[in-house]
Amino acid sequence: MTAMTFPLPAGTRIQRATQEPAWVRWFLIGLALVFLTLFLFIPLVSVFYEAFKKGVDVYLASITDPDALSAIKLTLTVAAIAVPLNLVFGIAAAWAIAKFEFRGKNLLITLIDLPFSVSPVVSGLIYVLVFGLQGWFGPWLAEHDMKIIFAVPGIVLATVFVTVPFIARELIPLMQAQGTEEEEAAVVLGTSGWQTFYKVTLPNIKWGLLYGAILCNARAMGEFGAVSVVSGHIRGSTNTMPLHVEILYNEYNFAAAFAVASLLALLALVTLVLKTLVELRIKQQDTPRGSE
Amino acid sequence: MSTFKQHSILPGFNLAIGFTLLYLSLIVLIPLSAAFIRTAELTWSEFWTIVTAPRVMASYRLTFGASFAAAMVNAFFGLLVAWVLVRYHFPGKRIVDALVDLPFALPTAVAGIALTALYAGNGWIGQFLEPLGVKVAFTPLGIFVALTFIGLPFVVRTVQPVLEDIEAELEEAAATLGANRWQTFSMVIFPALFPALMTGFALAFARAIGEYGSVIFIAGNMPMVSEITPLLIITKLEQYDYAGATALSVVMLVISFILLLIINLLQWWSRRRSSKT
Repeated sequence: MTAMTFPLPAGTRIQRATQEPAWVRWFLIGLALVFLTLFLFIPLVSVFYEAFKKGVDVYLASITDPDALSAIKLTLTVAAIAVPLNLVFGIAAAWAIAKFEFRGKNLLITLIDLPFSVSPVVSGLIYVLVFGLQGWFGPWLAEHDMKIIFAVPGIVLATVFVTVPFIARELIPLMQAQGTEEEEAAVVLGTSGWQTFYKVTLPNIKWGLLYGAILCNARAMGEFGAVSVVSGHIRGSTNTMPLHVEILYNEYNFAAAFAVASLLALLALVTLVLKTLVELRIKQQDTPRGSE
Repeated sequence: MSTFKQHSILPGFNLAIGFTLLYLSLIVLIPLSAAFIRTAELTWSEFWTIVTAPRVMASYRLTFGASFAAAMVNAFFGLLVAWVLVRYHFPGKRIVDALVDLPFALPTAVAGIALTALYAGNGWIGQFLEPLGVKVAFTPLGIFVALTFIGLPFVVRTVQPVLEDIEAELEEAAATLGANRWQTFSMVIFPALFPALMTGFALAFARAIGEYGSVIFIAGNMPMVSEITPLLIITKLEQYDYAGATALSVVMLVISFILLLIINLLQWWSRRRSSKT
């Protein structure tokens, strides 16, 4: 049988039945881009514009101010403690949840996600109730001359609390999808538990681990509400970068506030770039596996 | 113990689960329980007086109203953005896709001061709205703008994967049966996306209820008018009213738990729906 062809009038453009007309497509794209420009792009650009409005000298002076430098140092310190702690927790939780079957697993997963649904302000307050002067351990801590609330340990604890789920929730579905065959084969062949983890599991999850750590770090460095409750806002001592931005802003020192804010915005941009790169790597890693 | 866990030849269960439970208890569960235990020191009527005071009721109305409005806007535009990103090609698409996550990555305080500067009377956007009689900064409308910003990625990121998974055959079948594009969208695609859309809406709403950092700069923070519940907790705390702050935080926690339950149910519904199609 020969294929039949229907001659179309010259100039007719064929449109697939499952595609919208071009004007609809461009209208929707335009509408989406206007919305995103208004709500995402302009706010981002304005941070840098406001930061440099009074010149590069003011900008540099603002971010090299001793209080700003100590805020930067504290923010880096807090992230350097919170991220590794949640990394270890994430691996342990994902190992238990993804590689074994036990009762109450769904409840445990919900509990891990809990900090995401708690208001940042409440996240800070609960530590005040435990360690503050009016709190459970407050009097004991005061007696032993130790300070957690309105000091660095409180800031670390509040930050750890709000970032608990980040790494675990990346690893759990990833390790569940990978199953247990590879680890079981390794154990049957006589490798020890730790060796199995380092040589079999870790290479499989390294990109997911990195992905979670990047998001965890961004939140740890940027957390405001929870840290604001426990910090006490002592300049040069318990001020993180976001809190320093607030203080400068409330003093009407807008140029300096936006200068420090621009560093945090830069961190957000670096986070987005790294995240996109890691997502590409995860996709590449998945494709050959899927076609096996 | 033997019925608690199924047998496995893999090692490390006791260590991993032990560490997980210890860590969760110390960091999350014990501090959270402090809020409930401290509140139990109040009598029921004391508690009720605190959490239903007129200033507190005004803050609930504002927090819920603004969060709901912001989540609705995000549901509409989130669906639009997800659709455009999955279905169409345009220059700069990859950058736009990455930028959608900005509200997750940008510290809330930075978002707060940037939005305030933009929507203030002399700001880039505010200068065009002010002559029209629309004041955004330092009004409840500003709170809505900030909450729209922080909730933006939730709907996009929950709808996007579901939209990617919808099979072309389904739409082709609809077209062969004579449906036009709008009918195909409203009767075939939209029902398949609906559970994911609701999940995204609920996530954005839940996030908005507790939000603090991005709101306080733009809100103006006037009692009864533009004071959100999280700010009221901070105010009480600064006045050393620990009982009041704790009682309010228990209300917030109970609301978050209920929302978390609803979100889990929605996700379960969404998974079941997508495994059927």
